[in-house]
Amino acid sequence: MTPTTLNQTGTTMAGTTRLSVRNIRKSFGTHEVLRGISLDARDGDVISLLGASGSGKSTFLRCINLLEIADHGEISVDGELIQMEQRGGKNVPANRRQVDRIRSELGMVFQSFNLWSHMTILENVIEGPVHVLRRPRAECIAEAEVLLEKVGIAEKRNAYPAHLSGGQQQRAAIARSLAMKPKVMLFDEPTSALDPELVGEVLRVMRSLAEEGMTMLVVTHEMSFARNVSNRVIFMKSGEIDSDGAPDQLFGSGGSPSFRQFIGNFGG
Amino acid sequence: MDITFMFETMKTLLAALPMTLALFSLSVFFGGLLALLIVWMRVSGNTTARNFAKGYIFVFRGSPLLIQMFLIFYGLGQFGFIRYSFLWPALREPFVCAVLSLALCTAGYTAEIFRFGLRAIPAKEIEAARSVGMSGFLLTRRILAPVAFRHALPAYSTEVVMMVKSTALASLVTVWEVTGVAQRLISQTYRTMEVFLCAAAIYLILNFLILQAMALLEYKLTPHRRAAPLFPVPQR
Repeated sequence: MTPTTLNQTGTTMAGTTRLSVRNIRKSFGTHEVLRGISLDARDGDVISLLGASGSGKSTFLRCINLLEIADHGEISVDGELIQMEQRGGKNVPANRRQVDRIRSELGMVFQSFNLWSHMTILENVIEGPVHVLRRPRAECIAEAEVLLEKVGIAEKRNAYPAHLSGGQQQRAAIARSLAMKPKVMLFDEPTSALDPELVGEVLRVMRSLAEEGMTMLVVTHEMSFARNVSNRVIFMKSGEIDSDGAPDQLFGSGGSPSFRQFIGNFGG
Repeated sequence: MDITFMFETMKTLLAALPMTLALFSLSVFFGGLLALLIVWMRVSGNTTARNFAKGYIFVFRGSPLLIQMFLIFYGLGQFGFIRYSFLWPALREPFVCAVLSLALCTAGYTAEIFRFGLRAIPAKEIEAARSVGMSGFLLTRRILAPVAFRHALPAYSTEVVMMVKSTALASLVTVWEVTGVAQRLISQTYRTMEVFLCAAAIYLILNFLILQAMALLEYKLTPHRRAAPLFPVPQR
Protein backbone atom coordinates (compact mmCIF):
# COMPACT_ATOMS: atom_id res chain seq x y z
CA MET A 1 0.00 0.00 0.00
CA THR A 2 2.83 2.38 0.86
CA PRO A 3 5.87 0.59 -0.52
CA THR A 4 8.13 3.57 0.13
CA THR A 5 7.94 2.95 3.86
CA LEU A 6 9.13 -0.61 3.46
CA ASN A 7 12.69 -1.82 3.54
CA GLN A 8 13.80 0.61 6.21
CA THR A 9 16.03 -1.82 7.99
CA GLY A 10 15.99 -4.96 5.86
CA THR A 11 17.95 -5.69 2.79
CA THR A 12 16.40 -5.40 -0.64
CA MET A 13 18.29 -8.28 -2.21
CA ALA A 14 16.70 -11.49 -3.35
CA GLY A 15 16.54 -14.05 -0.58
CA THR A 16 15.64 -11.16 1.63
CA THR A 17 14.44 -11.47 5.20
CA ARG A 18 10.65 -11.52 5.09
CA LEU A 19 10.11 -11.76 8.80
CA SER A 20 12.40 -10.92 11.64
CA VAL A 21 11.52 -11.48 15.27
CA ARG A 22 13.82 -10.37 18.07
CA ASN A 23 13.66 -11.54 21.65
CA ILE A 24 9.87 -11.86 22.07
CA ARG A 25 8.68 -12.24 25.65
CA LYS A 26 5.12 -12.77 26.74
CA SER A 27 3.52 -13.53 30.09
CA PHE A 28 -0.05 -14.30 31.01
CA GLY A 29 -0.27 -13.17 34.62
CA THR A 30 2.70 -14.69 36.39
CA HIS A 31 3.10 -17.44 33.81
CA GLU A 32 5.86 -16.66 31.34
CA VAL A 33 4.79 -18.25 28.05
CA LEU A 34 7.55 -16.93 25.80
CA ARG A 35 11.02 -16.35 27.19
CA GLY A 36 12.86 -14.50 24.49
CA ILE A 37 12.24 -16.01 21.07
CA SER A 38 14.12 -14.78 18.00
CA LEU A 39 13.67 -15.97 14.45
CA ASP A 40 14.39 -14.86 10.91
CA ALA A 41 12.42 -16.16 7.97
CA ARG A 42 13.94 -15.57 4.55
CA ASP A 43 12.02 -15.52 1.31
CA GLY A 44 10.66 -18.97 0.56
CA ASP A 45 11.46 -20.42 3.98
CA VAL A 46 9.01 -22.99 5.28
CA ILE A 47 9.53 -23.21 9.01
CA SER A 48 7.72 -25.79 11.12
CA LEU A 49 7.23 -24.90 14.76
CA LEU A 50 6.95 -28.01 16.87
CA GLY A 51 6.44 -28.44 20.57
CA ALA A 52 4.23 -29.94 23.22
CA SER A 53 1.00 -28.10 24.00
CA GLY A 54 1.77 -25.24 26.34
CA SER A 55 5.24 -24.75 24.88
CA GLY A 56 4.18 -21.34 23.55
CA LYS A 57 4.25 -22.01 19.80
CA SER A 58 0.72 -20.77 19.08
CA THR A 59 1.20 -17.73 21.30
CA PHE A 60 4.41 -16.98 19.45
CA LEU A 61 2.62 -17.16 16.10
CA ARG A 62 -0.18 -14.90 17.37
CA CYS A 63 2.35 -12.38 18.65
CA ILE A 64 3.75 -12.00 15.13
CA ASN A 65 0.54 -10.49 13.74
CA LEU A 66 -0.30 -8.86 17.08
CA LEU A 67 -3.37 -10.90 17.91
CA GLU A 68 -1.41 -11.17 21.14
CA ILE A 69 0.78 -8.26 22.12
CA ALA A 70 4.23 -9.32 23.23
CA ASP A 71 5.49 -7.72 26.44
CA HIS A 72 8.91 -7.24 24.96
CA GLY A 73 10.74 -7.64 21.67
CA GLU A 74 10.77 -6.45 18.08
CA ILE A 75 8.99 -7.69 14.97
CA SER A 76 9.79 -6.63 11.42
CA VAL A 77 7.86 -7.68 8.34
CA ASP A 78 9.72 -7.33 5.06
CA GLY A 79 12.10 -4.92 6.72
CA GLU A 80 9.45 -2.74 8.34
CA LEU A 81 9.67 -2.60 12.11
CA ILE A 82 6.33 -2.66 13.95
CA GLN A 83 6.42 0.40 16.17
CA MET A 84 5.60 -0.19 19.80
CA GLU A 85 5.39 2.15 22.75
CA GLN A 86 4.97 1.94 26.51
CA ARG A 87 1.54 3.06 27.72
CA GLY A 88 0.43 2.58 31.30
CA GLY A 89 3.34 0.21 31.87
CA LYS A 90 2.29 -1.96 28.93
CA ASN A 91 3.88 -2.58 25.57
CA VAL A 92 1.31 -1.54 22.94
CA PRO A 93 1.38 -0.80 19.20
CA ALA A 94 2.16 2.86 18.59
CA ASN A 95 0.31 3.07 15.30
CA ARG A 96 -2.99 1.25 14.72
CA ARG A 97 -2.87 1.88 10.98
CA GLN A 98 0.54 0.28 10.73
CA VAL A 99 -0.75 -2.75 12.62
CA ASP A 100 -3.71 -3.07 10.23
CA ARG A 101 -1.42 -2.81 7.23
CA ILE A 102 1.11 -5.32 8.61
CA ARG A 103 -1.72 -7.73 9.36
CA SER A 104 -2.98 -7.37 5.80
CA GLU A 105 0.51 -8.45 4.65
CA LEU A 106 0.55 -11.52 6.90
CA GLY A 107 -1.81 -14.35 6.03
CA MET A 108 -3.18 -16.17 9.06
CA VAL A 109 -4.76 -19.60 8.95
CA PHE A 110 -6.45 -20.65 12.17
CA GLN A 111 -6.94 -24.04 13.77
CA SER A 112 -10.73 -23.75 13.56
CA PHE A 113 -10.83 -21.95 10.18
CA ASN A 114 -12.63 -18.83 11.52
CA LEU A 115 -14.52 -18.25 8.29
CA TRP A 116 -17.26 -15.60 8.42
CA SER A 117 -20.31 -17.77 8.74
CA HIS A 118 -22.81 -15.35 7.18
CA MET A 119 -20.83 -15.02 3.97
CA THR A 120 -20.47 -17.48 1.12
CA ILE A 121 -17.06 -18.98 0.41
CA LEU A 122 -16.49 -16.55 -2.46
CA GLU A 123 -17.56 -13.61 -0.28
CA ASN A 124 -15.14 -14.78 2.41
CA VAL A 125 -12.30 -14.82 -0.10
CA ILE A 126 -12.97 -11.40 -1.67
CA GLU A 127 -13.80 -9.64 1.61
CA GLY A 128 -10.23 -8.62 2.44
CA PRO A 129 -9.09 -7.59 -1.05
CA VAL A 130 -12.28 -5.58 -1.71
CA HIS A 131 -12.72 -3.88 1.65
CA VAL A 132 -9.24 -3.76 3.19
CA LEU A 133 -7.12 -3.37 0.07
CA ARG A 134 -9.94 -1.52 -1.74
CA ARG A 135 -9.34 -3.27 -5.02
CA PRO A 136 -11.96 -3.53 -7.80
CA ARG A 137 -14.55 -6.17 -6.99
CA ALA A 138 -14.63 -7.83 -10.42
CA GLU A 139 -10.86 -8.27 -10.38
CA CYS A 140 -11.00 -9.77 -6.88
CA ILE A 141 -13.74 -12.21 -7.89
CA ALA A 142 -11.71 -13.37 -10.88
CA GLU A 143 -8.66 -13.93 -8.68
CA ALA A 144 -10.75 -15.61 -5.98
CA GLU A 145 -12.08 -18.10 -8.50
CA VAL A 146 -8.55 -19.00 -9.52
CA LEU A 147 -7.62 -19.48 -5.86
CA LEU A 148 -10.69 -21.60 -5.12
CA GLU A 149 -9.83 -23.71 -8.14
CA LYS A 150 -6.30 -24.07 -6.84
CA VAL A 151 -7.40 -25.29 -3.40
CA GLY A 152 -9.94 -27.56 -5.07
CA ILE A 153 -13.27 -26.11 -3.93
CA ALA A 154 -14.33 -24.04 -6.93
CA GLU A 155 -17.73 -25.73 -6.97
CA LYS A 156 -18.36 -24.51 -3.40
CA ARG A 157 -18.02 -20.82 -4.21
CA ASN A 158 -21.65 -20.03 -3.38
CA ALA A 159 -21.95 -22.37 -0.40
CA TYR A 160 -21.76 -21.17 3.19
CA PRO A 161 -19.01 -22.33 5.55
CA ALA A 162 -21.45 -24.41 7.61
CA HIS A 163 -22.22 -26.44 4.49
CA LEU A 164 -18.62 -27.54 3.98
CA SER A 165 -16.52 -30.24 5.61
CA GLY A 166 -13.69 -29.18 7.90
CA GLY A 167 -11.08 -29.85 5.24
CA GLN A 168 -12.98 -27.78 2.69
CA GLN A 169 -13.43 -24.97 5.20
CA GLN A 170 -9.72 -24.93 5.94
CA ARG A 171 -8.89 -24.84 2.25
CA ALA A 172 -11.33 -21.95 1.87
CA ALA A 173 -9.58 -20.20 4.76
CA ILE A 174 -6.24 -20.69 3.02
CA ALA A 175 -7.71 -19.20 -0.16
CA ARG A 176 -9.01 -16.26 1.89
CA SER A 177 -5.50 -15.63 3.20
CA LEU A 178 -3.89 -16.02 -0.21
CA ALA A 179 -6.31 -13.50 -1.70
CA MET A 180 -4.52 -10.81 0.32
CA LYS A 181 -1.25 -11.71 -1.47
CA PRO A 182 0.56 -12.06 1.84
CA LYS A 183 4.31 -11.76 2.23
CA VAL A 184 4.33 -14.44 4.90
CA MET A 185 1.73 -17.07 5.77
CA LEU A 186 1.19 -18.06 9.38
CA PHE A 187 -0.50 -21.40 10.04
CA ASP A 188 -1.74 -22.05 13.57
CA GLU A 189 -2.23 -25.82 13.81
CA PRO A 190 -4.16 -25.86 10.53
CA THR A 191 -4.98 -29.57 10.65
CA SER A 192 -5.53 -30.10 14.38
CA ALA A 193 -9.31 -29.62 14.24
CA LEU A 194 -9.77 -31.96 11.29
CA ASP A 195 -10.83 -35.57 11.12
CA PRO A 196 -7.82 -37.72 10.19
CA GLU A 197 -9.06 -38.45 6.67
CA LEU A 198 -9.37 -34.73 5.92
CA VAL A 199 -5.84 -33.79 7.02
CA GLY A 200 -4.25 -34.88 3.76
CA GLU A 201 -6.21 -32.53 1.50
CA VAL A 202 -5.14 -29.51 3.56
CA LEU A 203 -1.51 -30.62 3.76
CA ARG A 204 -1.45 -31.08 -0.01
CA VAL A 205 -2.51 -27.45 -0.50
CA MET A 206 0.15 -26.31 1.97
CA ARG A 207 2.80 -28.37 0.27
CA SER A 208 2.00 -26.86 -3.12
CA LEU A 209 2.22 -23.38 -1.57
CA ALA A 210 5.63 -24.26 -0.17
CA GLU A 211 6.74 -25.49 -3.59
CA GLU A 212 5.66 -22.18 -5.12
CA GLY A 213 8.03 -20.39 -2.78
CA MET A 214 5.60 -18.95 -0.24
CA THR A 215 7.27 -17.98 3.02
CA MET A 216 5.48 -19.98 5.69
CA LEU A 217 5.55 -20.37 9.45
CA VAL A 218 3.62 -23.46 10.46
CA VAL A 219 2.71 -24.49 13.97
CA THR A 220 1.91 -28.15 13.54
CA HIS A 221 1.86 -31.63 14.96
CA GLU A 222 2.21 -33.17 11.51
CA MET A 223 5.68 -34.71 11.67
CA SER A 224 5.61 -35.76 8.02
CA PHE A 225 4.98 -32.16 6.97
CA ALA A 226 7.75 -30.87 9.23
CA ARG A 227 10.12 -33.49 7.94
CA ASN A 228 9.34 -33.54 4.24
CA VAL A 229 8.00 -30.09 3.34
CA SER A 230 9.69 -27.58 5.60
CA ASN A 231 13.30 -26.54 5.16
CA ARG A 232 13.69 -25.67 8.81
CA VAL A 233 12.30 -27.07 12.02
CA ILE A 234 12.12 -25.23 15.32
CA PHE A 235 11.31 -27.18 18.44
CA MET A 236 9.99 -25.10 21.31
CA LYS A 237 10.04 -26.10 24.93
CA SER A 238 8.76 -24.04 27.89
CA GLY A 239 8.71 -20.82 25.92
CA GLU A 240 12.20 -21.15 24.50
CA ILE A 241 13.71 -22.49 21.31
CA ASP A 242 15.16 -25.85 22.21
CA SER A 243 16.32 -27.09 18.81
CA ASP A 244 16.56 -25.30 15.49
CA GLY A 245 17.82 -26.72 12.25
CA ALA A 246 17.20 -28.44 8.95
CA PRO A 247 14.73 -31.33 9.23
CA ASP A 248 17.27 -33.90 8.04
CA GLN A 249 19.67 -32.82 10.72
CA LEU A 250 17.13 -32.66 13.57
CA PHE A 251 15.23 -35.80 12.65
CA GLY A 252 18.52 -37.48 11.91
CA SER A 253 20.75 -37.20 14.91
CA GLY A 254 21.07 -33.50 15.65
CA GLY A 255 18.06 -32.92 17.89
CA SER A 256 18.33 -32.41 21.62
CA PRO A 257 17.26 -35.18 24.04
CA SER A 258 13.94 -33.33 24.59
CA PHE A 259 13.34 -33.26 20.85
CA ARG A 260 14.12 -36.95 20.56
CA GLN A 261 11.70 -37.68 23.37
CA PHE A 262 9.04 -35.43 21.76
CA ILE A 263 9.18 -37.10 18.35
CA GLY A 264 9.38 -40.47 20.10
CA ASN A 265 5.82 -39.81 21.27
CA PHE A 266 4.75 -39.60 17.64
CA GLY A 267 6.28 -42.95 16.85
CA GLY A 268 8.84 -41.04 14.78
CA MET B 1 -73.57 -8.17 16.63
CA ASP B 2 -74.40 -5.21 14.40
CA ILE B 3 -72.51 -5.72 11.15
CA THR B 4 -73.33 -2.29 9.74
CA PHE B 5 -72.10 -0.61 12.94
CA MET B 6 -68.92 -2.68 12.95
CA PHE B 7 -68.30 -1.75 9.34
CA GLU B 8 -68.77 1.96 10.08
CA THR B 9 -66.56 1.66 13.15
CA MET B 10 -63.86 -0.02 11.12
CA LYS B 11 -63.97 2.81 8.59
CA THR B 12 -63.63 5.42 11.34
CA LEU B 13 -60.79 3.58 13.04
CA LEU B 14 -58.91 2.92 9.81
CA ALA B 15 -58.96 6.66 9.17
CA ALA B 16 -56.80 6.95 12.29
CA LEU B 17 -54.40 4.21 11.17
CA PRO B 18 -52.04 6.63 9.38
CA MET B 19 -51.51 8.40 12.71
CA THR B 20 -50.69 5.09 14.45
CA LEU B 21 -48.31 4.21 11.61
CA ALA B 22 -46.66 7.62 11.80
CA LEU B 23 -46.12 7.30 15.56
CA PHE B 24 -44.79 3.80 15.07
CA SER B 25 -42.43 4.38 12.17
CA LEU B 26 -40.98 7.65 13.45
CA SER B 27 -40.37 6.31 16.93
CA VAL B 28 -38.82 3.06 15.65
CA PHE B 29 -36.62 5.03 13.27
CA PHE B 30 -35.39 7.63 15.77
CA GLY B 31 -35.34 5.09 18.59
CA GLY B 32 -33.17 2.82 16.46
CA LEU B 33 -30.70 5.62 15.68
CA LEU B 34 -30.54 6.58 19.34
CA ALA B 35 -30.07 2.93 20.29
CA LEU B 36 -27.02 2.72 18.02
CA LEU B 37 -25.53 5.71 19.83
CA ILE B 38 -26.38 4.27 23.25
CA VAL B 39 -24.99 0.81 22.47
CA TRP B 40 -21.84 2.39 21.04
CA MET B 41 -21.40 4.28 24.31
CA ARG B 42 -22.32 1.18 26.30
CA VAL B 43 -19.56 -0.96 24.77
CA SER B 44 -16.99 1.83 24.42
CA GLY B 45 -13.85 1.93 26.50
CA ASN B 46 -14.78 5.32 27.90
CA THR B 47 -16.04 4.98 31.48
CA THR B 48 -18.16 8.15 31.39
CA ALA B 49 -19.89 7.15 28.17
CA ARG B 50 -20.43 3.60 29.42
CA ASN B 51 -21.94 4.77 32.69
CA PHE B 52 -24.16 7.28 30.91
CA ALA B 53 -25.46 4.50 28.65
CA LYS B 54 -26.01 2.20 31.63
CA GLY B 55 -27.94 4.96 33.42
CA TYR B 56 -30.00 5.70 30.32
CA ILE B 57 -30.95 2.06 29.85
CA PHE B 58 -31.74 1.72 33.56
CA VAL B 59 -34.08 4.73 33.56
CA PHE B 60 -35.91 4.16 30.29
CA ARG B 61 -36.22 0.42 30.65
CA GLY B 62 -37.07 0.55 34.31
CA SER B 63 -39.86 3.12 34.41
CA PRO B 64 -43.31 2.94 32.80
CA LEU B 65 -43.58 4.36 29.31
CA LEU B 66 -46.83 6.08 30.25
CA ILE B 67 -45.13 8.02 33.03
CA GLN B 68 -42.27 8.95 30.70
CA MET B 69 -44.84 10.22 28.23
CA PHE B 70 -46.73 12.22 30.88
CA LEU B 71 -43.45 13.70 32.16
CA ILE B 72 -42.55 14.88 28.68
CA PHE B 73 -46.04 16.08 27.72
CA TYR B 74 -47.18 17.67 31.00
CA GLY B 75 -43.84 18.10 32.76
CA LEU B 76 -41.54 19.85 30.31
CA GLY B 77 -43.71 22.95 30.07
CA GLN B 78 -43.01 23.73 33.73
CA PHE B 79 -39.48 24.73 32.88
CA GLY B 80 -39.13 28.26 31.62
CA PHE B 81 -35.94 27.55 29.70
CA ILE B 82 -37.85 24.98 27.67
CA ARG B 83 -41.05 26.96 27.34
CA TYR B 84 -39.17 29.97 26.03
CA SER B 85 -36.70 28.00 23.90
CA PHE B 86 -36.83 27.47 20.14
CA LEU B 87 -37.88 23.88 20.85
CA TRP B 88 -41.19 24.83 22.45
CA PRO B 89 -43.26 25.10 19.23
CA ALA B 90 -42.39 21.43 18.67
CA LEU B 91 -42.45 20.24 22.26
CA ARG B 92 -45.94 21.56 22.96
CA GLU B 93 -47.32 19.35 20.18
CA PRO B 94 -48.82 16.11 21.56
CA PHE B 95 -47.61 14.20 18.50
CA VAL B 96 -44.01 15.32 18.97
CA CYS B 97 -44.14 14.46 22.67
CA ALA B 98 -45.55 11.02 21.92
CA VAL B 99 -42.90 10.23 19.29
CA LEU B 100 -40.18 11.57 21.56
CA SER B 101 -41.17 9.44 24.54
CA LEU B 102 -41.75 6.33 22.42
CA ALA B 103 -38.36 6.77 20.74
CA LEU B 104 -36.52 7.43 24.02
CA CYS B 105 -38.08 4.37 25.59
CA THR B 106 -37.52 1.94 22.73
CA ALA B 107 -33.92 3.15 22.42
CA GLY B 108 -33.24 1.76 25.91
CA TYR B 109 -34.59 -1.68 25.05
CA THR B 110 -33.13 -1.74 21.54
CA ALA B 111 -29.68 -0.79 22.82
CA GLU B 112 -29.73 -3.84 25.08
CA ILE B 113 -30.97 -6.06 22.26
CA PHE B 114 -28.17 -4.84 19.98
CA ARG B 115 -25.64 -5.33 22.78
CA PHE B 116 -26.68 -8.95 23.19
CA GLY B 117 -26.33 -9.27 19.41
CA LEU B 118 -22.78 -7.94 19.64
CA ARG B 119 -21.93 -10.33 22.44
CA ALA B 120 -23.16 -13.26 20.36
CA ILE B 121 -20.58 -12.64 17.61
CA PRO B 122 -18.08 -15.51 17.59
CA ALA B 123 -14.73 -14.16 18.82
CA LYS B 124 -13.02 -16.24 16.14
CA GLU B 125 -14.75 -14.37 13.34
CA ILE B 126 -13.63 -11.05 14.84
CA GLU B 127 -10.10 -12.41 15.11
CA ALA B 128 -10.17 -13.46 11.46
CA ALA B 129 -11.29 -9.95 10.48
CA ARG B 130 -8.48 -8.39 12.50
CA SER B 131 -5.98 -10.75 10.93
CA VAL B 132 -6.77 -9.45 7.43
CA GLY B 133 -6.28 -5.88 8.64
CA MET B 134 -9.74 -4.73 9.65
CA SER B 135 -10.31 -2.51 12.66
CA GLY B 136 -12.49 0.34 13.84
CA PHE B 137 -15.28 1.42 11.53
CA LEU B 138 -14.44 -1.05 8.76
CA LEU B 139 -14.59 -3.96 11.21
CA THR B 140 -17.88 -2.66 12.59
CA ARG B 141 -19.42 -2.09 9.18
CA ARG B 142 -18.34 -5.34 7.56
CA ILE B 143 -18.40 -7.89 10.39
CA LEU B 144 -19.66 -6.66 13.77
CA ALA B 145 -22.86 -4.90 12.69
CA PRO B 146 -24.05 -7.47 10.10
CA VAL B 147 -23.46 -10.42 12.41
CA ALA B 148 -24.85 -8.69 15.51
CA PHE B 149 -27.96 -7.58 13.61
CA ARG B 150 -28.66 -11.15 12.52
CA HIS B 151 -28.35 -12.34 16.09
CA ALA B 152 -30.50 -9.49 17.40
CA LEU B 153 -33.26 -9.78 14.81
CA PRO B 154 -35.61 -12.21 16.62
CA ALA B 155 -35.54 -10.16 19.83
CA TYR B 156 -35.72 -6.93 17.86
CA SER B 157 -38.86 -8.01 16.01
CA THR B 158 -40.53 -8.53 19.40
CA GLU B 159 -39.53 -5.01 20.38
CA VAL B 160 -40.93 -3.62 17.12
CA VAL B 161 -44.27 -5.32 17.76
CA MET B 162 -44.26 -3.92 21.30
CA MET B 163 -43.83 -0.48 19.77
CA VAL B 164 -46.93 -0.91 17.61
CA LYS B 165 -48.92 -1.63 20.74
CA SER B 166 -47.24 1.12 22.74
CA THR B 167 -48.49 3.75 20.29
CA ALA B 168 -51.90 3.21 21.94
CA LEU B 169 -50.58 5.13 24.95
CA ALA B 170 -50.33 8.25 22.80
CA SER B 171 -54.11 8.50 23.04
CA LEU B 172 -53.60 9.55 26.67
CA VAL B 173 -51.70 12.65 25.57
CA THR B 174 -54.48 13.57 23.10
CA VAL B 175 -53.01 12.08 19.92
CA TRP B 176 -55.86 10.76 17.79
CA GLU B 177 -54.49 7.41 16.76
CA VAL B 178 -56.53 4.18 16.55
CA THR B 179 -57.04 3.63 20.29
CA GLY B 180 -57.84 7.29 20.95
CA VAL B 181 -60.43 7.35 18.20
CA ALA B 182 -61.88 4.08 19.52
CA GLN B 183 -62.32 5.60 22.97
CA ARG B 184 -63.99 8.66 21.50
CA LEU B 185 -66.37 6.41 19.56
CA ILE B 186 -67.21 4.51 22.74
CA SER B 187 -67.96 7.67 24.62
CA GLN B 188 -70.36 8.58 21.82
CA THR B 189 -72.02 5.16 21.34
CA TYR B 190 -71.38 3.22 24.59
CA ARG B 191 -70.70 0.12 22.47
CA THR B 192 -67.43 -0.91 24.10
CA MET B 193 -67.25 -4.46 22.81
CA GLU B 194 -67.69 -3.81 19.09
CA VAL B 195 -65.42 -0.79 18.97
CA PHE B 196 -62.55 -2.29 20.93
CA LEU B 197 -62.85 -5.57 19.00
CA CYS B 198 -62.43 -3.61 15.79
CA ALA B 199 -59.44 -1.73 17.25
CA ALA B 200 -57.85 -4.97 18.44
CA ALA B 201 -58.35 -6.50 14.99
CA ILE B 202 -56.51 -3.60 13.39
CA TYR B 203 -53.51 -4.03 15.72
CA LEU B 204 -53.55 -7.78 15.19
CA ILE B 205 -53.48 -7.50 11.42
CA LEU B 206 -50.84 -4.78 11.54
CA ASN B 207 -48.61 -6.84 13.81
CA PHE B 208 -49.17 -9.93 11.73
CA LEU B 209 -47.90 -8.07 8.67
CA ILE B 210 -44.93 -6.64 10.54
CA LEU B 211 -43.95 -10.01 11.98
CA GLN B 212 -44.24 -11.60 8.54
CA ALA B 213 -41.98 -8.92 7.12
CA MET B 214 -39.43 -9.39 9.93
CA ALA B 215 -39.51 -13.16 9.50
CA LEU B 216 -38.94 -12.73 5.77
CA LEU B 217 -36.04 -10.39 6.47
CA GLU B 218 -34.54 -12.91 8.88
CA TYR B 219 -34.98 -15.67 6.33
CA LYS B 220 -33.25 -13.64 3.63
CA LEU B 221 -30.36 -12.70 5.92
CA THR B 222 -29.62 -16.17 7.24
CA PRO B 223 -29.20 -18.62 4.35
CA HIS B 224 -26.13 -19.93 6.18
CA ARG B 225 -28.28 -21.32 8.99
CA ARG B 226 -30.39 -23.43 6.65
CA ALA B 227 -29.47 -26.74 5.13
CA ALA B 228 -27.87 -26.20 1.77
CA PRO B 229 -30.30 -27.08 -1.00
CA LEU B 230 -27.70 -27.44 -3.72
CA PHE B 231 -24.73 -28.51 -1.67
CA PRO B 232 -25.46 -31.71 0.24
CA VAL B 233 -23.47 -32.13 3.45
CA PRO B 234 -20.56 -34.46 2.68
CA GLN B 235 -20.91 -37.96 4.00
CA ARG B 236 -18.77 -38.83 6.96
